Amino acid sequence: MSSISLKQIGLFKEHMANNGVHFSRCYHCRCCGNGCPFLPAFDFAPNTIIRLLQFNLINEALESTTIWACVGCNTCSMECPMLIDIAGLMDGLRQLALATGVPPAEPDILSFHQAVMDSISKYGRTNKLDIMIRYKLKTRTWLQDWQVGLKMLAKRKLDIFASKVRDPALINTLLNTDKK
Amino acid sequence: MTEKVYAYFPGCSLATTARENSQALIHLCRQLGVRLVELDDWNCCGSSSAHSIDATVADKLAMRNLDITPANTALLVACPSCNLRLRYAREKLRTSKEARRKYKSWFGRSPARSIKITTFIELLGKTDLSSIAPKKNNRLKGLKFAPYYGCMLARPPLMHREKNYHGLMERFLAKFGASPIKWSHGNRCCGTFLSVVRPDVVSSMVNSIMNDAAQWGAECLVTACAMCHLNLEIRCNPDTSMPIFHFAELLAVVIDETNSNGFFRKHLIDPRPLLKSRQLIP
Ligand code: SF4
Ligand code: SF4
Repeated sequence: MSSISLKQIGLFKEHMANNGVHFSRCYHCRCCGNGCPFLPAFDFAPNTIIRLLQFNLINEALESTTIWACVGCNTCSMECPMLIDIAGLMDGLRQLALATGVPPAEPDILSFHQAVMDSISKYGRTNKLDIMIRYKLKTRTWLQDWQVGLKMLAKRKLDIFASKVRDPALINTLLNTDKK
Repeated sequence: MTEKVYAYFPGCSLATTARENSQALIHLCRQLGVRLVELDDWNCCGSSSAHSIDATVADKLAMRNLDITPANTALLVACPSCNLRLRYAREKLRTSKEARRKYKSWFGRSPARSIKITTFIELLGKTDLSSIAPKKNNRLKGLKFAPYYGCMLARPPLMHREKNYHGLMERFLAKFGASPIKWSHGNRCCGTFLSVVRPDVVSSMVNSIMNDAAQWGAECLVTACAMCHLNLEIRCNPDTSMPIFHFAELLAVVIDETNSNGFFRKHLIDPRPLLKSRQLIP
Protein backbone atom coordinates (compact mmCIF):
# COMPACT_ATOMS: atom_id res chain seq x y z
CA MET A 1 0.00 0.00 0.00
CA SER A 2 1.36 3.36 -0.94
CA SER A 3 1.14 6.00 1.70
CA ILE A 4 0.56 9.71 1.19
CA SER A 5 2.63 12.12 3.26
CA LEU A 6 1.12 14.93 5.31
CA LYS A 7 2.78 17.38 2.97
CA GLN A 8 1.03 15.80 -0.03
CA ILE A 9 -2.26 15.96 1.84
CA GLY A 10 -1.69 19.67 2.46
CA LEU A 11 -0.96 20.23 -1.22
CA PHE A 12 -4.08 18.33 -2.21
CA LYS A 13 -6.26 20.42 0.09
CA GLU A 14 -4.74 23.57 -1.35
CA HIS A 15 -5.27 22.33 -4.90
CA MET A 16 -8.91 21.55 -4.11
CA ALA A 17 -9.46 24.97 -2.51
CA ASN A 18 -7.98 26.63 -5.62
CA ASN A 19 -10.58 24.75 -7.63
CA GLY A 20 -13.42 25.92 -5.42
CA VAL A 21 -13.76 22.73 -3.39
CA HIS A 22 -13.97 23.71 0.30
CA PHE A 23 -14.72 20.52 2.15
CA SER A 24 -13.65 21.77 5.59
CA ARG A 25 -17.03 23.50 5.67
CA CYS A 26 -18.83 20.16 5.94
CA TYR A 27 -20.79 19.69 9.17
CA HIS A 28 -22.02 16.18 8.31
CA CYS A 29 -25.70 16.77 7.90
CA ARG A 30 -25.64 13.91 5.34
CA CYS A 31 -28.00 15.56 2.90
CA CYS A 32 -25.51 14.65 0.15
CA GLY A 33 -25.65 10.89 0.73
CA ASN A 34 -29.42 10.93 1.04
CA GLY A 35 -29.67 12.36 -2.43
CA CYS A 36 -27.02 10.15 -4.04
CA PRO A 37 -28.52 7.54 -6.39
CA PHE A 38 -25.43 5.32 -6.26
CA LEU A 39 -24.88 5.01 -2.54
CA PRO A 40 -25.40 1.21 -2.80
CA ALA A 41 -22.23 1.00 -4.90
CA PHE A 42 -20.15 2.99 -2.38
CA ASP A 43 -18.26 1.65 0.59
CA PHE A 44 -18.21 5.12 2.19
CA ALA A 45 -20.95 7.74 1.95
CA PRO A 46 -19.78 11.08 0.48
CA ASN A 47 -19.65 12.80 3.88
CA THR A 48 -17.66 9.87 5.31
CA ILE A 49 -15.05 10.50 2.62
CA ILE A 50 -14.96 14.12 3.76
CA ARG A 51 -14.65 13.04 7.40
CA LEU A 52 -11.67 10.86 6.50
CA LEU A 53 -10.03 13.83 4.84
CA GLN A 54 -10.73 16.06 7.81
CA PHE A 55 -8.79 13.53 9.89
CA ASN A 56 -6.04 13.32 7.24
CA LEU A 57 -6.93 9.67 6.61
CA ILE A 58 -6.55 10.14 2.91
CA ASN A 59 -5.37 6.61 2.08
CA GLU A 60 -8.69 5.14 3.17
CA ALA A 61 -10.45 7.60 0.87
CA LEU A 62 -8.18 6.80 -2.08
CA GLU A 63 -8.76 3.08 -1.67
CA SER A 64 -12.54 3.41 -1.55
CA THR A 65 -15.00 2.29 -4.21
CA THR A 66 -16.80 5.62 -3.68
CA ILE A 67 -14.34 7.72 -5.68
CA TRP A 68 -14.70 5.35 -8.65
CA ALA A 69 -18.43 4.64 -8.56
CA CYS A 70 -19.33 8.33 -8.20
CA VAL A 71 -20.59 9.43 -11.62
CA GLY A 72 -20.36 13.16 -10.93
CA CYS A 73 -24.07 13.81 -11.35
CA ASN A 74 -23.92 16.74 -8.90
CA THR A 75 -27.12 15.66 -7.17
CA CYS A 76 -25.32 15.81 -3.84
CA SER A 77 -24.02 19.35 -4.38
CA MET A 78 -27.55 20.52 -5.08
CA GLU A 79 -28.55 19.23 -1.64
CA CYS A 80 -25.50 20.47 0.25
CA PRO A 81 -26.34 23.47 2.44
CA MET A 82 -22.65 24.42 2.52
CA LEU A 83 -22.21 24.58 -1.26
CA ILE A 84 -19.47 21.96 -1.29
CA ASP A 85 -18.49 20.70 -4.73
CA ILE A 86 -18.60 17.03 -3.77
CA ALA A 87 -18.35 15.73 -7.33
CA GLY A 88 -15.30 17.97 -7.80
CA LEU A 89 -13.77 16.45 -4.68
CA MET A 90 -14.35 12.92 -6.00
CA ASP A 91 -12.69 13.93 -9.30
CA GLY A 92 -9.73 15.30 -7.34
CA LEU A 93 -9.35 12.17 -5.22
CA ARG A 94 -9.63 9.87 -8.23
CA GLN A 95 -6.93 11.82 -10.00
CA LEU A 96 -4.73 11.81 -6.90
CA ALA A 97 -5.17 8.03 -6.62
CA LEU A 98 -3.99 7.70 -10.22
CA ALA A 99 -1.07 10.08 -9.73
CA THR A 100 0.16 8.30 -6.60
CA GLY A 101 -0.40 4.78 -7.90
CA VAL A 102 -3.09 3.68 -5.47
CA PRO A 103 -4.76 0.66 -7.11
CA PRO A 104 -8.38 1.42 -7.99
CA ALA A 105 -11.02 -0.39 -5.92
CA GLU A 106 -13.11 -0.63 -9.11
CA PRO A 107 -10.55 -1.52 -11.81
CA ASP A 108 -13.21 -2.01 -14.50
CA ILE A 109 -14.38 1.57 -14.11
CA LEU A 110 -10.83 2.79 -14.71
CA SER A 111 -10.60 0.50 -17.76
CA PHE A 112 -13.75 2.03 -19.13
CA HIS A 113 -12.45 5.59 -18.64
CA GLN A 114 -9.19 4.64 -20.33
CA ALA A 115 -11.08 3.15 -23.27
CA VAL A 116 -12.94 6.45 -23.66
CA MET A 117 -9.72 8.46 -23.46
CA ASP A 118 -8.11 6.22 -26.09
CA SER A 119 -11.05 6.82 -28.38
CA ILE A 120 -10.80 10.59 -27.84
CA SER A 121 -7.12 10.65 -28.65
CA LYS A 122 -7.73 8.62 -31.78
CA TYR A 123 -10.73 10.50 -33.15
CA GLY A 124 -11.06 13.69 -31.11
CA ARG A 125 -14.55 12.41 -30.38
CA THR A 126 -15.92 9.38 -28.62
CA ASN A 127 -17.08 6.40 -30.62
CA LYS A 128 -19.23 3.91 -28.73
CA LEU A 129 -18.34 0.84 -30.76
CA ASP A 130 -14.61 1.57 -30.51
CA ILE A 131 -14.95 2.20 -26.76
CA MET A 132 -16.88 -1.00 -26.17
CA ILE A 133 -14.35 -3.09 -28.08
CA ARG A 134 -11.44 -1.54 -26.19
CA TYR A 135 -13.28 -1.96 -22.89
CA LYS A 136 -14.10 -5.61 -23.61
CA LEU A 137 -10.48 -6.26 -24.56
CA LYS A 138 -9.29 -4.75 -21.30
CA THR A 139 -11.78 -6.49 -19.06
CA ARG A 140 -12.44 -9.72 -21.02
CA THR A 141 -16.17 -9.46 -20.39
CA TRP A 142 -17.22 -10.49 -23.88
CA LEU A 143 -20.45 -12.19 -22.92
CA GLN A 144 -21.88 -9.45 -20.78
CA ASP A 145 -24.36 -7.33 -22.77
CA TRP A 146 -23.87 -8.94 -26.18
CA GLN A 147 -27.63 -8.88 -26.77
CA VAL A 148 -27.82 -5.16 -26.12
CA GLY A 149 -24.88 -4.67 -28.45
CA LEU A 150 -26.50 -6.60 -31.29
CA LYS A 151 -29.73 -4.69 -30.89
CA MET A 152 -27.85 -1.40 -31.04
CA LEU A 153 -25.99 -2.50 -34.14
CA ALA A 154 -29.25 -3.51 -35.79
CA LYS A 155 -30.76 -0.09 -35.06
CA ARG A 156 -27.58 1.51 -36.39
CA LYS A 157 -26.84 3.02 -33.03
CA LEU A 158 -23.22 1.92 -33.20
CA ASP A 159 -21.21 3.41 -36.01
CA ILE A 160 -18.66 1.25 -37.75
CA PHE A 161 -17.13 4.36 -39.31
CA ALA A 162 -16.27 6.76 -36.53
CA SER A 163 -17.15 10.41 -36.70
CA LYS A 164 -13.95 12.34 -36.09
CA VAL A 165 -12.22 15.69 -36.14
CA ARG A 166 -10.38 16.70 -39.30
CA ASP A 167 -6.92 16.25 -37.86
CA PRO A 168 -6.78 13.96 -34.81
CA ALA A 169 -3.01 14.56 -34.59
CA LEU A 170 -3.68 18.18 -33.62
CA ILE A 171 -5.95 17.11 -30.77
CA ASN A 172 -3.28 14.69 -29.66
CA THR A 173 -0.66 17.43 -29.56
CA LEU A 174 -3.02 19.64 -27.57
CA LEU A 175 -3.74 16.86 -25.08
CA ASN A 176 -0.05 16.14 -24.60
CA THR A 177 1.25 19.71 -24.18
CA ASP A 178 2.50 20.60 -20.70
CA LYS A 179 1.99 17.06 -19.40
CA LYS A 180 3.94 16.57 -16.22
CA MET B 1 -35.31 36.17 -30.68
CA THR B 2 -32.51 38.23 -32.08
CA GLU B 3 -30.23 35.66 -33.67
CA LYS B 4 -31.46 33.18 -36.20
CA VAL B 5 -28.24 31.39 -36.99
CA TYR B 6 -26.55 29.22 -34.43
CA ALA B 7 -23.35 27.22 -34.36
CA TYR B 8 -24.71 23.77 -33.62
CA PHE B 9 -22.79 21.50 -31.27
CA PRO B 10 -24.30 18.00 -31.57
CA GLY B 11 -21.85 16.22 -29.26
CA CYS B 12 -20.81 12.60 -29.60
CA SER B 13 -24.10 10.99 -28.56
CA LEU B 14 -26.33 12.96 -30.87
CA ALA B 15 -23.90 12.60 -33.73
CA THR B 16 -24.11 8.80 -33.46
CA THR B 17 -26.19 6.69 -31.07
CA ALA B 18 -28.96 9.23 -30.85
CA ARG B 19 -29.00 10.51 -34.38
CA GLU B 20 -32.81 10.43 -34.32
CA ASN B 21 -32.79 13.00 -31.48
CA SER B 22 -30.51 15.23 -33.48
CA GLN B 23 -32.73 14.92 -36.56
CA ALA B 24 -35.77 15.81 -34.49
CA LEU B 25 -34.03 18.90 -33.09
CA ILE B 26 -32.82 20.12 -36.46
CA HIS B 27 -36.24 19.49 -37.94
CA LEU B 28 -37.92 21.39 -35.14
CA CYS B 29 -35.55 24.33 -35.50
CA ARG B 30 -36.22 24.54 -39.20
CA GLN B 31 -39.92 24.81 -38.38
CA LEU B 32 -39.09 27.60 -35.97
CA GLY B 33 -37.11 29.51 -38.56
CA VAL B 34 -33.78 28.90 -36.86
CA ARG B 35 -30.82 27.83 -38.96
CA LEU B 36 -28.25 25.53 -37.44
CA VAL B 37 -24.76 25.41 -38.88
CA GLU B 38 -22.77 22.56 -37.39
CA LEU B 39 -19.71 23.86 -35.52
CA ASP B 40 -16.89 23.08 -37.91
CA ASP B 41 -14.48 20.46 -36.58
CA TRP B 42 -15.98 20.25 -33.08
CA ASN B 43 -14.45 17.74 -30.66
CA CYS B 44 -15.56 15.80 -27.59
CA CYS B 45 -16.75 18.24 -24.91
CA GLY B 46 -14.67 16.60 -22.16
CA SER B 47 -17.56 15.28 -20.10
CA SER B 48 -17.72 11.83 -18.53
CA SER B 49 -14.36 10.10 -18.63
CA ALA B 50 -12.10 13.04 -19.40
CA HIS B 51 -13.14 15.07 -16.38
CA SER B 52 -13.28 11.89 -14.28
CA ILE B 53 -9.64 11.02 -14.70
CA ASP B 54 -7.88 14.07 -16.10
CA ALA B 55 -9.13 17.56 -15.30
CA THR B 56 -6.60 19.27 -17.57
CA VAL B 57 -7.60 17.18 -20.57
CA ALA B 58 -11.25 17.95 -19.84
CA ASP B 59 -10.47 21.69 -19.79
CA LYS B 60 -8.49 21.49 -23.01
CA LEU B 61 -11.26 19.65 -24.83
CA ALA B 62 -14.02 21.97 -23.67
CA MET B 63 -11.97 25.10 -24.31
CA ARG B 64 -10.96 24.05 -27.81
CA ASN B 65 -14.64 24.02 -28.74
CA LEU B 66 -15.03 27.52 -27.30
CA ASP B 67 -11.93 28.58 -29.19
CA ILE B 68 -13.24 27.47 -32.59
CA THR B 69 -16.71 28.96 -32.13
CA PRO B 70 -16.98 31.83 -34.64
CA ALA B 71 -17.06 35.28 -33.04
CA ASN B 72 -20.52 36.72 -32.40
CA THR B 73 -22.21 33.40 -32.98
CA ALA B 74 -24.06 31.67 -30.19
CA LEU B 75 -23.30 28.04 -29.63
CA LEU B 76 -26.39 25.86 -29.54
CA VAL B 77 -25.62 22.73 -27.55
CA ALA B 78 -27.80 19.68 -28.02
CA CYS B 79 -26.72 17.50 -25.11
CA PRO B 80 -27.19 18.50 -21.46
CA SER B 81 -23.84 17.02 -20.36
CA CYS B 82 -21.95 18.87 -23.08
CA ASN B 83 -23.79 22.01 -22.09
CA LEU B 84 -22.68 21.67 -18.49
CA ARG B 85 -19.03 21.01 -19.45
CA LEU B 86 -18.82 23.89 -21.91
CA ARG B 87 -20.46 26.31 -19.50
CA TYR B 88 -18.25 25.15 -16.70
CA ALA B 89 -15.19 25.87 -18.85
CA ARG B 90 -16.58 29.28 -19.73
CA GLU B 91 -17.22 30.03 -16.05
CA LYS B 92 -13.67 28.97 -15.19
CA LEU B 93 -12.28 31.29 -17.85
CA ARG B 94 -14.41 34.12 -16.52
CA THR B 95 -13.42 33.67 -12.88
CA SER B 96 -9.86 32.37 -12.94
CA LYS B 97 -6.79 34.22 -14.12
CA GLU B 98 -4.83 30.97 -14.07
CA ALA B 99 -7.38 29.35 -16.42
CA ARG B 100 -7.05 32.30 -18.82
CA ARG B 101 -3.26 32.02 -18.72
CA LYS B 102 -3.45 28.32 -19.59
CA TYR B 103 -5.95 28.98 -22.35
CA LYS B 104 -3.51 31.42 -23.91
CA SER B 105 -0.68 28.92 -23.72
CA TRP B 106 -2.81 26.24 -25.40
CA PHE B 107 -4.50 28.25 -28.11
CA GLY B 108 -2.12 31.16 -28.62
CA ARG B 109 -4.73 33.82 -27.89
CA SER B 110 -6.92 35.06 -25.08
CA PRO B 111 -10.42 33.64 -24.73
CA ALA B 112 -13.22 35.65 -26.30
CA ARG B 113 -14.75 38.07 -23.84
CA SER B 114 -18.23 36.75 -24.10
CA ILE B 115 -19.20 33.40 -25.48
CA LYS B 116 -22.87 32.73 -25.80
CA ILE B 117 -23.95 29.19 -25.04
CA THR B 118 -27.54 28.16 -25.27
CA THR B 119 -29.59 24.96 -25.31
CA PHE B 120 -32.74 23.89 -27.09
CA ILE B 121 -34.69 24.16 -23.90
CA GLU B 122 -33.66 27.79 -23.54
CA LEU B 123 -34.31 28.53 -27.18
CA LEU B 124 -37.79 27.02 -26.94
CA GLY B 125 -38.39 28.88 -23.70
CA LYS B 126 -38.08 32.11 -25.67
CA THR B 127 -40.28 30.92 -28.53
CA ASP B 128 -44.02 31.22 -28.73
CA LEU B 129 -44.84 27.68 -29.74
CA SER B 130 -48.56 28.21 -30.07
CA SER B 131 -47.92 30.54 -33.00
CA ILE B 132 -46.36 27.66 -34.92
CA ALA B 133 -49.11 25.17 -34.44
CA PRO B 134 -52.18 27.23 -33.65
CA LYS B 135 -54.71 24.71 -34.85
CA LYS B 136 -53.08 21.75 -33.24
CA ASN B 137 -53.18 22.92 -29.68
CA ASN B 138 -54.65 19.73 -28.42
CA ARG B 139 -52.78 17.23 -30.46
CA LEU B 140 -51.17 15.52 -27.49
CA LYS B 141 -54.39 15.60 -25.52
CA GLY B 142 -54.58 13.00 -22.81
CA LEU B 143 -51.01 11.75 -23.24
CA LYS B 144 -49.73 11.20 -19.72
CA PHE B 145 -45.99 11.59 -19.52
CA ALA B 146 -43.32 11.49 -16.84
CA PRO B 147 -40.97 14.49 -17.28
CA TYR B 148 -37.52 13.03 -16.70
CA TYR B 149 -34.60 15.44 -16.30
CA GLY B 150 -32.03 13.08 -14.77
CA CYS B 151 -29.04 15.12 -13.62
CA MET B 152 -29.60 17.72 -16.30
CA LEU B 153 -30.71 20.42 -13.87
CA ALA B 154 -28.04 19.72 -11.27
CA ARG B 155 -24.76 21.60 -11.42
CA PRO B 156 -21.67 22.23 -9.34
CA PRO B 157 -21.67 25.08 -6.81
CA LEU B 158 -19.52 27.25 -9.10
CA MET B 159 -22.59 27.56 -11.30
CA HIS B 160 -25.26 27.81 -8.64
CA ARG B 161 -26.41 31.22 -9.77
CA GLU B 162 -27.30 30.06 -13.26
CA LYS B 163 -30.90 29.88 -14.30
CA ASN B 164 -32.87 26.77 -13.46
CA TYR B 165 -35.05 25.22 -16.13
CA HIS B 166 -37.28 23.15 -13.96
CA GLY B 167 -40.74 22.66 -15.37
CA LEU B 168 -39.98 23.74 -18.94
CA MET B 169 -40.63 20.37 -20.59
CA GLU B 170 -43.91 20.17 -18.73
CA ARG B 171 -44.86 23.62 -19.93
CA PHE B 172 -44.05 22.97 -23.61
CA LEU B 173 -45.87 19.69 -23.80
CA ALA B 174 -48.84 20.83 -21.73
CA LYS B 175 -49.39 23.57 -24.32
CA PHE B 176 -50.38 20.84 -26.71
CA GLY B 177 -52.62 19.04 -24.27
CA ALA B 178 -50.27 16.43 -22.78
CA SER B 179 -50.45 16.01 -19.03
CA PRO B 180 -47.33 15.63 -16.90
CA ILE B 181 -47.53 13.35 -13.90
CA LYS B 182 -46.14 14.37 -10.55
CA TRP B 183 -43.55 11.89 -9.39
CA SER B 184 -40.43 11.59 -7.30
CA HIS B 185 -37.86 10.23 -9.76
CA GLY B 186 -37.69 13.06 -12.26
CA ASN B 187 -34.21 14.09 -11.11
CA ARG B 188 -32.60 10.71 -10.46
CA CYS B 189 -29.42 10.35 -12.46
CA CYS B 190 -29.56 7.60 -15.15
CA GLY B 191 -26.18 6.15 -14.17
CA THR B 192 -24.13 7.33 -17.18
CA PHE B 193 -21.04 5.10 -17.53
CA LEU B 194 -21.95 2.87 -14.58
CA SER B 195 -24.50 1.38 -16.96
CA VAL B 196 -21.62 -0.32 -18.78
CA VAL B 197 -19.48 -1.31 -15.83
CA ARG B 198 -22.06 -1.96 -13.12
CA PRO B 199 -25.26 -2.90 -14.96
CA ASP B 200 -26.53 -4.49 -11.72
CA VAL B 201 -26.58 -1.16 -9.89
CA VAL B 202 -27.96 0.79 -12.82
CA SER B 203 -30.70 -1.73 -13.68
CA SER B 204 -32.21 -1.52 -10.24
CA MET B 205 -32.01 2.27 -10.39
CA VAL B 206 -33.62 2.42 -13.84
CA ASN B 207 -36.38 0.00 -12.83
CA SER B 208 -37.24 2.09 -9.81
CA ILE B 209 -37.53 5.10 -12.13
CA MET B 210 -39.80 3.19 -14.53
CA ASN B 211 -41.89 1.73 -11.71
CA ASP B 212 -42.43 5.11 -10.15
CA ALA B 213 -43.52 6.55 -13.50
CA ALA B 214 -45.95 3.66 -14.02
CA GLN B 215 -47.29 3.93 -10.52
CA TRP B 216 -48.35 7.53 -11.13
CA GLY B 217 -50.05 6.62 -14.36
CA ALA B 218 -47.50 7.68 -16.99
CA GLU B 219 -47.69 6.11 -20.45
CA CYS B 220 -44.28 7.30 -21.48
CA LEU B 221 -41.19 9.08 -20.25
CA VAL B 222 -39.91 12.27 -21.78
CA THR B 223 -36.26 13.19 -21.54
CA ALA B 224 -33.95 15.86 -22.95
CA CYS B 225 -30.77 13.80 -22.92
CA ALA B 226 -29.59 11.07 -25.29
CA MET B 227 -27.53 9.34 -22.63
CA CYS B 228 -30.53 9.07 -20.29
CA HIS B 229 -32.60 7.85 -23.22
CA LEU B 230 -30.17 5.03 -23.99
CA ASN B 231 -29.58 3.96 -20.38
CA LEU B 232 -33.30 3.83 -19.63
CA GLU B 233 -33.94 1.80 -22.76
CA ILE B 234 -31.20 -0.78 -22.32
CA ARG B 235 -31.41 -1.23 -18.55
CA CYS B 236 -35.12 -1.51 -17.84
CA ASN B 237 -36.93 -4.81 -17.34
CA PRO B 238 -39.14 -5.72 -20.29
CA ASP B 239 -42.15 -5.85 -17.95
CA THR B 240 -41.61 -2.36 -16.53
CA SER B 241 -40.73 -0.81 -19.86
CA MET B 242 -42.64 2.04 -21.47
CA PRO B 243 -41.78 4.21 -24.48
CA ILE B 244 -39.25 6.98 -23.99
CA PHE B 245 -39.19 10.14 -26.07
CA HIS B 246 -36.80 12.97 -26.54
CA PHE B 247 -38.99 16.05 -25.97
CA ALA B 248 -38.05 17.36 -29.42
CA GLU B 249 -39.50 14.23 -31.01
CA LEU B 250 -42.89 14.87 -29.47
CA LEU B 251 -42.81 18.53 -30.47
CA ALA B 252 -41.84 17.53 -33.99
CA VAL B 253 -44.87 15.22 -34.09
CA VAL B 254 -47.13 18.07 -33.06
CA ILE B 255 -45.78 20.47 -35.61
CA ASP B 256 -45.39 18.15 -38.56
CA GLU B 257 -46.59 14.59 -38.22
CA THR B 258 -45.64 13.40 -41.69
CA ASN B 259 -41.94 13.72 -41.18
CA SER B 260 -41.44 12.16 -37.79
CA ASN B 261 -42.02 8.45 -38.32
CA GLY B 262 -38.36 7.92 -39.12
CA PHE B 263 -37.20 8.83 -35.61
CA PHE B 264 -39.30 6.20 -33.94
CA ARG B 265 -38.02 3.21 -35.88
CA LYS B 266 -34.68 3.63 -34.16
CA HIS B 267 -35.98 3.36 -30.61
CA LEU B 268 -35.06 0.22 -28.72
CA ILE B 269 -38.48 0.31 -27.02
CA ASP B 270 -40.92 0.74 -29.87
CA PRO B 271 -43.15 3.76 -29.24
CA ARG B 272 -45.17 3.36 -32.41
CA PRO B 273 -48.08 1.36 -30.92
CA LEU B 274 -48.65 4.12 -28.36
CA LEU B 275 -48.40 6.87 -30.97
CA LYS B 276 -50.72 5.03 -33.33
CA SER B 277 -53.29 4.45 -30.64
CA ARG B 278 -53.32 8.22 -30.11
CA GLN B 279 -53.49 8.87 -33.84
CA LEU B 280 -50.25 10.79 -33.62
CA ILE B 281 -48.66 8.90 -36.47
CA PRO B 282 -50.39 7.19 -39.39
S1 SF4 C 1 -24.54 17.88 2.43
FE1 SF4 C 1 -22.66 19.11 2.50
S2 SF4 C 1 -22.47 19.73 4.65
FE2 SF4 C 1 -23.96 18.05 4.58
S3 SF4 C 1 -22.75 16.20 4.96
FE3 SF4 C 1 -22.85 16.46 2.74
S4 SF4 C 1 -21.01 17.64 2.21
FE4 SF4 C 1 -21.32 17.82 4.41
S1 SF4 D 1 -21.94 13.31 -7.76
FE1 SF4 D 1 -21.27 11.30 -7.01
S2 SF4 D 1 -21.57 11.38 -4.79
FE2 SF4 D 1 -22.73 13.07 -5.68
S3 SF4 D 1 -24.81 12.27 -5.95
FE3 SF4 D 1 -23.74 11.94 -7.89
S4 SF4 D 1 -22.84 9.87 -7.75
FE4 SF4 D 1 -23.43 10.50 -5.65
